Amino acid sequence: MTETVETPQTAPNSRFAKFWDGDFAWSFRHSPVALVASLVVVVLVLAAIFAPLIAPYNPFDPATLNLMNGFTPPGTPNAFTQETFLLGTDDQGRDVFSTILYGLRISLFVGTAAVVLAMIIGVILGLVAAYYGGWIETFIMRVADVQLTFPAILVAMLIFGIAKGVTPPEYRNEMAIYVLIIAIALSDWVQFARVVRGAALVEKNKEYVQAARLIGRGSLPIMFRHILPNVLSPVLVIATISLALAIIAEATLSFLGVGAPPTQPSLGTLIRIGQGFLFSGEWWILFFPACTLLALALSVNLLGDWLRDALNPKLR
Amino acid sequence: MSLLKIEDLTVEFPTRRQLFTAVNHANLSVKPGEIHGLVGESGAGKSTIGAAVMGLLERPGRIASGEIKLGGEQISGLDAEDMRGLRGKKISMIFQDPLTSLNPLFTVREQLTETILTHIGGSDADANNRARDLIDRVGIPDPDTRLDQYPHQFSGGMRQRVVIALALCTEPDVIIADEPTTALDVSVQAQILDLIKELARERQVGVILITHDMGVIADTTDRVTVMYDGKVVESGLTAQVMGQPKHEYTKSLIAAVPRPTLKLHRFPQISYGGRETRFAIDDMARHWPTVDNDSSKPVFEIRNLSKQFLLKRGLLPWDRTYFTAVDDVSFDIQAGEVFGLVGESGSGKSTVARMIAGLYPVDGGTIKFNGQLVSDLSNKAVQEEYRRQIQMIFQDPYSSLNPRMRVDEIVAEPIRHHRLMEGKEINRRVDELLDQVGLGAEAGLKYPHEFSGGQRQRISIARALATQPRFLICDEPTSALDVSIQAQILNILKDLQEYLGLTILFISHDLPVVRQMCDRVAVMKQGRMVEIQDTDDLFANPHTEYARELLRLMPKLDDLSTDGLGLES
Repeated sequence: MTETVETPQTAPNSRFAKFWDGDFAWSFRHSPVALVASLVVVVLVLAAIFAPLIAPYNPFDPATLNLMNGFTPPGTPNAFTQETFLLGTDDQGRDVFSTILYGLRISLFVGTAAVVLAMIIGVILGLVAAYYGGWIETFIMRVADVQLTFPAILVAMLIFGIAKGVTPPEYRNEMAIYVLIIAIALSDWVQFARVVRGAALVEKNKEYVQAARLIGRGSLPIMFRHILPNVLSPVLVIATISLALAIIAEATLSFLGVGAPPTQPSLGTLIRIGQGFLFSGEWWILFFPACTLLALALSVNLLGDWLRDALNPKLR
Repeated sequence: MSLLKIEDLTVEFPTRRQLFTAVNHANLSVKPGEIHGLVGESGAGKSTIGAAVMGLLERPGRIASGEIKLGGEQISGLDAEDMRGLRGKKISMIFQDPLTSLNPLFTVREQLTETILTHIGGSDADANNRARDLIDRVGIPDPDTRLDQYPHQFSGGMRQRVVIALALCTEPDVIIADEPTTALDVSVQAQILDLIKELARERQVGVILITHDMGVIADTTDRVTVMYDGKVVESGLTAQVMGQPKHEYTKSLIAAVPRPTLKLHRFPQISYGGRETRFAIDDMARHWPTVDNDSSKPVFEIRNLSKQFLLKRGLLPWDRTYFTAVDDVSFDIQAGEVFGLVGESGSGKSTVARMIAGLYPVDGGTIKFNGQLVSDLSNKAVQEEYRRQIQMIFQDPYSSLNPRMRVDEIVAEPIRHHRLMEGKEINRRVDELLDQVGLGAEAGLKYPHEFSGGQRQRISIARALATQPRFLICDEPTSALDVSIQAQILNILKDLQEYLGLTILFISHDLPVVRQMCDRVAVMKQGRMVEIQDTDDLFANPHTEYARELLRLMPKLDDLSTDGLGLES
């Protein structure tokens, strides 16, 4: 039965009301995991956006730092300056709480930008491969296969290394973030391309695509106006899960010292700084950034899982 | 004494928004050796009854009231463990798609003996003998070799025979056959139905035959139950129900079945449940550019058309293998006629249509449209103009509309592409078209999934008519639709031909439909054109053996009532 029966409650009129009443929003409202995960993500994103307003110190401004404040434990006054820091300070006297907020900014920015870039590259290449087929498809997918045999982090490090070699030293710190984005994006496009190609191969043979060809539409309108909207839901799922992976990749690269520079620490840089002091008693430098990273990556991942289930009725 | 008795059965599916009653207080009983037909349109609840009997209702569906009794014992409400003992042993099932109902990883022998050993027991040798006998009985030649083959090595019809053997191997009391021949060609369909008939008699098995096809019902069943919207509207002996239907719905269902014998001007539409929708051909004809259909010159001249598909890719030419889908086909289509193309699946009829539509490049031969060569796809100027003149209506109304586009965008796309109009004018034209196909302008604001199959096919028609074409290709336009909807859509197509002077290429495997629709018919077999004749002549006096065979296998509806249904030729 495809006919919808009149609902007893008042019919939704506005677009938002329609969406809120729809199955998608319903499944969201009735999934505790999705609710908690999105709450965590929203809080963290807001904290990152409004970091300059929330953070008591600016960790990127060396002028505000006082080396005397170094290694202050959380919530206790510093022995020399009597200043108190909510989550303590690191070796250079930077407030860990402020640094986490600013680091979160960098992590989220790099993660999101990398995923968007990877998505654009992957979706276009996947669509082209599926639509044209033949040697174009073979070439694109073989490149993807070859790239998949290397661990993503290795590819990212390689790209990062090359980029570092060709950029002049004076720009290196400024460029670092953007190089990081490109490196992660280039190591991550493959799964977008694969998923889009698979979905587009199915859509390509459906009759609505033939109908569009029959009208006389060219390849580009068919690919982007007809096929693309129909393969977007798996892309959305992959994008969410990739976001978590990209944030972790960024943290890993930064942890290895090839990512965000120490002057603009991301969560990964903070963890790297902290791990040096883990066994000398200054646990808070590592602990709090690590918890933040865990909460962020886990929430985004859980949201991705929920999205996959909600968009794929077969799994329910 | 009835074998299976369903009393006052109600099946409900509670959903988020409302309680959906799929089966509403239905009664039905089957005697040993009897074939009981269960007929109705999609959504009538006939398959749900089958699932309820098997204890295979999908969650959250539940039996809300009523009883199902097998040989006097109640089987509804049994727990999963007890039901498993019954299912497959006392009751077995034949599904629609023989390809997916057999496990591709096991040989036929393994699948049969596994079932026999599970339900009956005994030694391996006994089970083997039994399997061999069954395969022999269902008419599979050379059972000893065939037993050790895998399902993919069987054709569709043979595979369905294996499924029947599988259903019989535990000597069940009742078999439920859910659309057992819908996926098969007519010639195979007749054989399978005969086999089911024979086996039911011979083994005194009660069969519930679920189908939407009145022809199958008339040919095969002893009794029939007609369902509409979850309710049983009529039940009785087949000859009686078919001959003198009492309920309005049954009458409308029978009237809508295309007759192979007499040609009607229009399909009678006795509407039931308010499903009839207006089609405003007069409005449309007023705005249609008039063209003289000069009958002396054909619209299409198709010469020596052929098409090969690559089966096996290879770097070197001699490594490749090809499959010849269309082989040296030549015919003309006259202006203003409905030209039918019939044949079984794989005969190449759809491939011919797609080459004419320019969706497949031509491998050999030429297609001329109004004297101009159109089979050369690289001539962009000719192609652009040609594409405005021809349109196509596809088989599957569920995949022929882009689910992510709004209906008004779908209908406007051809107009925009050919730059026939601009701005507000386009919106007006789209509203007009949607109104004319009987959906109303407000339909433009919805998405395709909000419409039923028949309504979607109307959207397809609106899209096809948007450029005011001269020629329409209809590839099985109604095979996915219920009969009553089919009648409406076919009437629309007839109107288009008659009032707008459109030329139509009509592809179908359904001979009675072709008989009603077409002026001339071409019969295709394995990529070749076997026979071309005027429709009346072909049905009265087929020249070739193959055409005769096809006609012979067509389901006969002699028993169907013609009285009081408004059927006049």
